Amino acid sequence: MKVAEEYPGLYEYANFELPQEELFLPGHGLCASCTIGVIARHMLKVLGPDTVVVNPTGCAEVSTVVYPRTNWAVPWIHVAFGNGGSVASGIEAAIKVLKRRGVIDPNRKINVVVFAGDGGTADIGFQALSGLLERGHKVIYVMYDNEGYMNTGIQRSGTTPLGASTTTAPAGRKVPGNVTHKKPMAAIAAAHGIPYVATANPAYVHDMVYKFKKAAEAEGPAFLHILQSCTPGWRFEPKYAIRVLELATETGYWVNYEIDHGEFRVTLPVPRRKPVKCFLELQGRFKHLKPEEVEAIQAVIDRDVEEINRIMGKEVIGPVDPSLPCITPRGAR
Amino acid sequence: MTAQIVAPKERKVAQKRIALTGNHAVALAVKMARAEVIAAYPITPQTPVVEKLAEYVNNGELDAEFIPVESEHSAMSAVIGASAMGARTFTETSSQGLGHMYENLPIAVGMRLPIVMGMAVRTYSAPINVWGDYSDVMSMRELGWIIYIAQNAQEAFDTVIQAYRVAEDSRVHLPAVVAYDGFWTSHVLQPLDVPEDEEEVMRYAPITRSWVKLDVDNPAQLGAVGTPEWYWEIRWQAVEALRASLKVIQEADEEYGKVFGRSYGLLTPYRLEDAELAIVAYGSIFGLVKKVVDRLRREGVRAGALRLRVIRPWPGDMFKKLLEHVDKVAVIDRAINHGGPLYGPMAVEIAATIQKPVYNVLATIGMRAIDSDMIYDAVVKIHRGLWVPNTPYTVGLRGYE
Repeated sequence: MKVAEEYPGLYEYANFELPQEELFLPGHGLCASCTIGVIARHMLKVLGPDTVVVNPTGCAEVSTVVYPRTNWAVPWIHVAFGNGGSVASGIEAAIKVLKRRGVIDPNRKINVVVFAGDGGTADIGFQALSGLLERGHKVIYVMYDNEGYMNTGIQRSGTTPLGASTTTAPAGRKVPGNVTHKKPMAAIAAAHGIPYVATANPAYVHDMVYKFKKAAEAEGPAFLHILQSCTPGWRFEPKYAIRVLELATETGYWVNYEIDHGEFRVTLPVPRRKPVKCFLELQGRFKHLKPEEVEAIQAVIDRDVEEINRIMGKEVIGPVDPSLPCITPRGAR
Repeated sequence: MTAQIVAPKERKVAQKRIALTGNHAVALAVKMARAEVIAAYPITPQTPVVEKLAEYVNNGELDAEFIPVESEHSAMSAVIGASAMGARTFTETSSQGLGHMYENLPIAVGMRLPIVMGMAVRTYSAPINVWGDYSDVMSMRELGWIIYIAQNAQEAFDTVIQAYRVAEDSRVHLPAVVAYDGFWTSHVLQPLDVPEDEEEVMRYAPITRSWVKLDVDNPAQLGAVGTPEWYWEIRWQAVEALRASLKVIQEADEEYGKVFGRSYGLLTPYRLEDAELAIVAYGSIFGLVKKVVDRLRREGVRAGALRLRVIRPWPGDMFKKLLEHVDKVAVIDRAINHGGPLYGPMAVEIAATIQKPVYNVLATIGMRAIDSDMIYDAVVKIHRGLWVPNTPYTVGLRGYE
């Protein structure tokens, strides 16, 4: 494997067995093929039963904890939309003082994780997140990013990409969908100087669980920005939920990286990129785009890739190779 | 300031007399109650409370986590998280700060978390006014919190300790707010008695941890989606708990009297037994009201007074009993019920309770100062029949009738 050669030791670290035990239980109300379940399930397999989950308003909340049922076999709390960061701050502080006072066994490691969508993180929850990171609470903040307010319909959020059509940024005769760029949440989190920041993609589970483990072991706040495909919001056939995520990485639209104590590294190099057209074409939300608008998006990605290669000091994300088929046959990679 | 119901000689616990502002008295009570997580954001006039608490924590006098949050929204969120984890929590706010945390206030009730909050009351903007009136706490009446209004620093100190015991009682499990006058109580140095041995406070109000918590050994889900099939019943339990807390509040107050020598009741009457005219008020101006009552009594008017100490849950039956024989009831409201049936929030509630006309007097709005002469003039007008009931009147407002 190229990754193993490039970064000796990177995945050796992640060579642990995931437990058989399921802590994110089946029977939820997530949409067919929603990848929130993939993220939550693997997150809890890594973090284990001694984990408290804070879940701000979002798809995960309304589809997994409808009284009297729950899909979480760990303590779970939902308070409001914009306060995942501050609720977790209170929980983490309480654990510290209760350990000092002997109410909780001081040797017991209890993970506090915020499991929030992009609205609850990049928009309404931004301030609480910033407060949490700045104060240095030992909390794992997991942002599942489906690039819109998918819980309330398909409204734009701060992480909706350029050109996507949403109900509050519709592709109209005058304006071709969303006109703003995706808010760089991982970079913003990293700017707080926290020990661990990473981006992940559930299509690459090995890479994702490795990052959950690293986040749990960070000695301060950890922020994970995880891309999550959304069947109704992105408008693809349910069978493409993972395929579309693979294309996000294969086109360079989404780069899996980590910033470990300020050290940036791409954890999933892409030697030859597919054109972003491949990623866009699979989804209804980009169907309206004219060729020149697709080119504009390609230009943004090219610029971002160039920046990442510059930071890395070498080419980790390769050039666009138009000869690559959009859909790589299974097993060919 | 003194004039408590139980005489000091009944005290069981050794106490010392010190001088503190209302804010510092509250901070001391929180320290003696050994709060475990304190989260707060500065806002006038409550800031000295949390400054003092931060000092206690940083000096090692209180083993707690102090979270200097980035907003009041986060202050309430953090204490909700900490309380849900099983810790004894405290926060304090005023005015716009309460407005900013508003979204989370009913959530603390629905999750049945025994958070105790202090409030140095202050009016709402605009125009921006950092001074004290009761606009903020009155806007909390419909949310399900226990609401105390203390008269002075001593009572604020005592009530915070009582509030922990009540809120954490397994019959209650509700958040409680202890309000007191911004500046007139919060910033004025007053003498008060505090227990010499802090352990006495913990013996009176031990941390029960009896509420539903985030426990990794016994996972529970707090704040799940309550569909229309479930929401109402679950919310109703909080309604019933608030109603039942009336008894617990009373018990806690009586027990406090036995141990510490001071109790206040749900309502504090003054020369009310044979009164034909009663002045109802709340907060620090009750001292002026008592002075007015004494003056009227000297002049042959059978006047009395009643102070509201607990407004949620509403002690309706007690109210009816205390005011049964009174002909005229003047209510001095210190917040405006904009466009309401009466312009004062308490006047509305009292009129609904006693089912008699009330004389609605608005005073101290935006902390416009009044003196006992002004209250006296208003009450004399009521006594002589110059003012009509169920009509708002103002004391101290310029340019309006």
